[in-house]
Amino acid sequence: MTGWLGPEEWQAVALSLKVASWATLWSLPLAVLAAQALARWSFPGKTLLNGIVHLPLILPPVVTGYLLLLTFGTQGPVGGALQAIGISFAFRWTGAALAAGIMAFPLMVRAIRLSIEAVDPKLEQAAGTLGASRPWVFATVTLPLILPGILAGSILAFAKAMGEFGATITFVSNIPGQTQTLPSAIYAFLQVPGGESSALRLVIVAVVVAMAALIGSEVLSRRIAARVGGR
Amino acid sequence: MTISVSIQHKAGGFDLDVSFDAPPGLTVLFGPSGAGKSTVVNAVAGLLRPDAGRISVAGRALVDRGAGLCLPPHRRRVGYVFQDGRLFPHLTVRQNLTYGRWFAPKPATGPGFDDVVEMLGIGPLLDRRPGALSGGEAQRVAIGRALLSGPDILLADEPLAALDEARKAEILPYFERLRDAATVPILYVSHSPAEVARLATTVVAIEKGRVTRIGPAAEVLGDPGVTPMGARAAGAVLSATIHAQHDDGLTELDAGEQKILLPRIDRPLGAAVRVHIEAQDVMIATERPRGISALNVLPVTVRDIRIGTGPGAIVQLAAGPNLILSRVTRRSVQTLGLHEGQQVFAVLKAVSVAP
Repeated sequence: MTGWLGPEEWQAVALSLKVASWATLWSLPLAVLAAQALARWSFPGKTLLNGIVHLPLILPPVVTGYLLLLTFGTQGPVGGALQAIGISFAFRWTGAALAAGIMAFPLMVRAIRLSIEAVDPKLEQAAGTLGASRPWVFATVTLPLILPGILAGSILAFAKAMGEFGATITFVSNIPGQTQTLPSAIYAFLQVPGGESSALRLVIVAVVVAMAALIGSEVLSRRIAARVGGR
Repeated sequence: MTISVSIQHKAGGFDLDVSFDAPPGLTVLFGPSGAGKSTVVNAVAGLLRPDAGRISVAGRALVDRGAGLCLPPHRRRVGYVFQDGRLFPHLTVRQNLTYGRWFAPKPATGPGFDDVVEMLGIGPLLDRRPGALSGGEAQRVAIGRALLSGPDILLADEPLAALDEARKAEILPYFERLRDAATVPILYVSHSPAEVARLATTVVAIEKGRVTRIGPAAEVLGDPGVTPMGARAAGAVLSATIHAQHDDGLTELDAGEQKILLPRIDRPLGAAVRVHIEAQDVMIATERPRGISALNVLPVTVRDIRIGTGPGAIVQLAAGPNLILSRVTRRSVQTLGLHEGQQVFAVLKAVSVAP
C-alpha cells in the first residue's frame, strides 16, 4: 500500500486510523455509562444529559471545534489544568482523537442505548434474586446481551471518527503528520494544483475502509446475536 | 423455617393489606387474578418495596419499614421461579444453573448440583442454550437455578401458568418432591384449585388485597367462605390412599371412613393420592338413592349452608374427617329442608385425582 500511496498520503491514512481507534476507545466506556443512565436510571437532569450527549450531532462541527479550543486549548480552563500534568491537546493528534470522539459520541450512545432498552429488565431482576448485586447484574447479564449494540455503536463511531473534518480542523488545525487526518488531507490536496490524483486515491481508501468496517460489523454482530439469542 | 409477612401497599387504586405466617412446607397464595398474590411475592423477593410492614424469614428481617430496613433482592437469599422462566439466553443451561452459585455464601448450602440435576431430570440439557428448550424443560431449569442459589425460601409465581396441560403434569411432581423433601419452605402463587389441591400444605386465600382465610389445604378449599371467588374454584380436596385395584378397571381409594371408586390409577397399593371434588359435581339426597349410576354415594352430615346472592347455595358436608362442598340451588335447599347437622347422602358425579 505504501507503494501505491505517496508518503504524505500514507501518513494521513495511518494517522486517521490511529485517531479514529483512540477516539472509539476513549468514548466507548463513557458511552456505555451514558447509555445505561439514559435507558435505565431516573435522576434529576436526565433531559439535560440527553441534550448534552446529542449536542455534537446538532451543532455545526465548526462550533463544536471552537468550543473545544476554548475549553481544551492551552489557554482554556481544562486544557490549562491538563497541560500542568503533561497532557496536551492543542495542535496534536490527541486533540484530533478528542474531537473525533466527541463528534462520534452521540451515534455510539444511541446505538448502545437502543440495545440496552431491548434487554428485558425481568432478566436483570432474575439475576438480582439469584444474588447478583447491581454491578454484577450489569457485567454478567446486561453487558453480554448488549454486545451486538456495543459493536455496532463502535463501528459507527469509528467510521464517523475517520471522516470527522469540521471540528478537527477548527480545534487542532491541519498539520501534516500531526493533525492532518484523511479528510483534512483530501481537502488540502484539492487546494493545490495537480493534487487531484492524490485526493482521489485517498477517497478510494476512505470508501474501502468504510465498507470494510460496515461488513465486518455485520458479520460480527450476526455471530454475537446468534450466540446471545441462544441456540 | 417460617415466613412471616405483614405488609401494606397502595398502588394505582389497589390497596393491599395482608398478614400471614407461612409454616414449613408449601404455602399457596390462592385467589383470583388481580387479588394481590404476585404483589406479596414480589415484596418478599425485594422486587417491590411495600409502603409499610415487615417481612421476615426464620426470624431474619428482610423488610422492616418501621426500622427503615428494606434489603435489596440480592441480599435476601430467596430463590424465585418466575412464570416466564427468565433463563439467561446467552448462557448454557449449566451456566444458568450455576449462576447463583457465584454469589451464594461459602461453603455452599442446600442441595448439590448433581442432586438437583438428577431430581429435575435435566442432565441431557446441560450443554444446550435456553432458546433450544421446550417450555417444560425451561421451567425445570428455572426451578433448578433458583434451588442452586442456596436460598432460604423458594418463591414461585404461577410457575405453570404459561404451560399447557401436558407440561403442567410434567412439572407438578417436581414441586411435590420439593415440598416433601422439605429443605426450603415454598411460597407458591396460584389461582388454580387443582394445583392448590395437589400441592398445598397451607393455603392463604387472598381476595381484593386481603387475606380471607388461612389454613390447611383441605380445610380452606372446603370452606364455603373461600368459594365465592368463582363457582369453578369451589371444590374440596380429600387425602386418600390406594386401597384396592379391581379387575374391571377401577381403583378403590380409602379416604378415611369412605371408599371412593375411580378409573384406574396406576399407583401401588397404599400410595397416597389427593382427589379433587368440584362442588358442582356433588348432588345431595336425603335418602340413600337406589337405582343410580353414580358409584360414589357417601353418607355425610350437613355442616354449613351458605346462601349466595344468586339462585345458588353452597353446602358444606362432613364425610368423617373430610369436608366436601356441594353447589345446589336455593330452591333445592328449601325443598329438601336442609339444615345443619342433618344426615344426608352426597352423590359424587365426578371425582378426579388432583392433576
